[in-house]
Amino acid sequence: MTARQPTARPVFLPNHHPSDALLVAYGAGSLGEGLSLAVAVHLAHCPDCRAALAEVEALGGALLEDLPPAPLETLSLAATLDRLDREEAPANPCKAMRVRPHWSKPKAASMPAPVSPLPRPLRAYVPSLDGLSWQRLAPGVRRVELLPRTASGGAAQLLRIAPGTALPHHGHGGLELTVVLSGHFADELGRYGPGDLAEVDGDTNHQPIADSHRDCICLIATDAPLRFTGLMGRLMQPFIGL
Amino acid sequence: MIAPLATLLTHAAGPDRARAGAPPRGCADPAAAQLSADLVAVAAGDRQAFARLFAHFAPRVKAYMLKLGMPAQRAEDLAQDTLLSVWRKASLYDPAKAEAATWVFTIARNLRIDALRRERHPEVSDDELLEHEDDRPPADELLDGDRRARRLRGALAALTPEQAEVVRLSFFADLAHPAIAERLDVPLGTVKSRLRLAMAKIRKALGDDDR
Repeated sequence: MTARQPTARPVFLPNHHPSDALLVAYGAGSLGEGLSLAVAVHLAHCPDCRAALAEVEALGGALLEDLPPAPLETLSLAATLDRLDREEAPANPCKAMRVRPHWSKPKAASMPAPVSPLPRPLRAYVPSLDGLSWQRLAPGVRRVELLPRTASGGAAQLLRIAPGTALPHHGHGGLELTVVLSGHFADELGRYGPGDLAEVDGDTNHQPIADSHRDCICLIATDAPLRFTGLMGRLMQPFIGL
Repeated sequence: MIAPLATLLTHAAGPDRARAGAPPRGCADPAAAQLSADLVAVAAGDRQAFARLFAHFAPRVKAYMLKLGMPAQRAEDLAQDTLLSVWRKASLYDPAKAEAATWVFTIARNLRIDALRRERHPEVSDDELLEHEDDRPPADELLDGDRRARRLRGALAALTPEQAEVVRLSFFADLAHPAIAERLDVPLGTVKSRLRLAMAKIRKALGDDDR
């Protein structure tokens, strides 16, 4: 084990976390892709929630163990071994040596963190925040669509909000998760920085405001269309498509 | 990595021998230890170990798929796919971190999502923590897998019927908490608090209740 160096301590850890209910839904696999993506981005920042997720998954394992076994087809194992034979290489122990992602911080490093590394779950959707073609939605608000409405009804997009810009009040038919990638925003529930996850459900109305000196970029995922309220909201609704 | 592995293999040799060992790691649940050891053996290409894992997990994964509403043939296929994936990915399994059942569950879950919704389940793996070190105790200071397994079962049995219901709907009905509230016709807050209380029991059983 490498000695842990105090200088390698984080600048910050997230302050706003998913609820247990949300972690259970994620761990059980009952969240849609967009909402799962938002949770995964938070998890990339948050050791505590990863530990909590491990507990949810252990619960899943225990539930699996407890299920009364279902009878298999007669040649089930033989068929599987057959398929296994057709794969040329058996499990290769070398695969255990996984390559550290280039942006991942070395254990004992004292060098500054790379600029805005995107968590891997997100990089499956966008390679980086640079060079994205941001679509203008309203003064101070731009977006990139990540996931159009998916099979389970959710959607995900990146929003870039200029400092001081308020998003319109909106209510929700279901769950809405916002995770900050850079900058800060604030709403009635608090102030959110990178890795922080805002979880809004039910009848909540909220109005996030970008409150730092630079753009706030966040990922917003929903499992149902948002209902924007107020004039601005009604104007933006057809465009924002959340 | 070497120490926990050796311990698991010792446990796999028989419960009696394991009990004669050091107190903290004694009293193993032989089944859980055997499954972990088999999974480690599979990483080295051991087909007999794979056959044992298959016999244990494939019928349970099939039951899981059936519970989630898959037709029988699809459930069978996904059970086989899951075990095939277990074979392919066995070298990524770390017995110090999770029980075999936990690990197999996550594979089955992801294959099910992919098959059912044609969606991905975005995840992070252990080398992806951003910007900070994990200051939790190293894995070998955590409860070992066998004690975890037993305490977890105990906690599961200790859930109230209402808590057990929301847990089962989460895992076996593909419902997130808002949909569960709708299904049970109770307020969302009620479902959330039942899940919170259920997880508090699980967390306590696993000895990590200081969060």
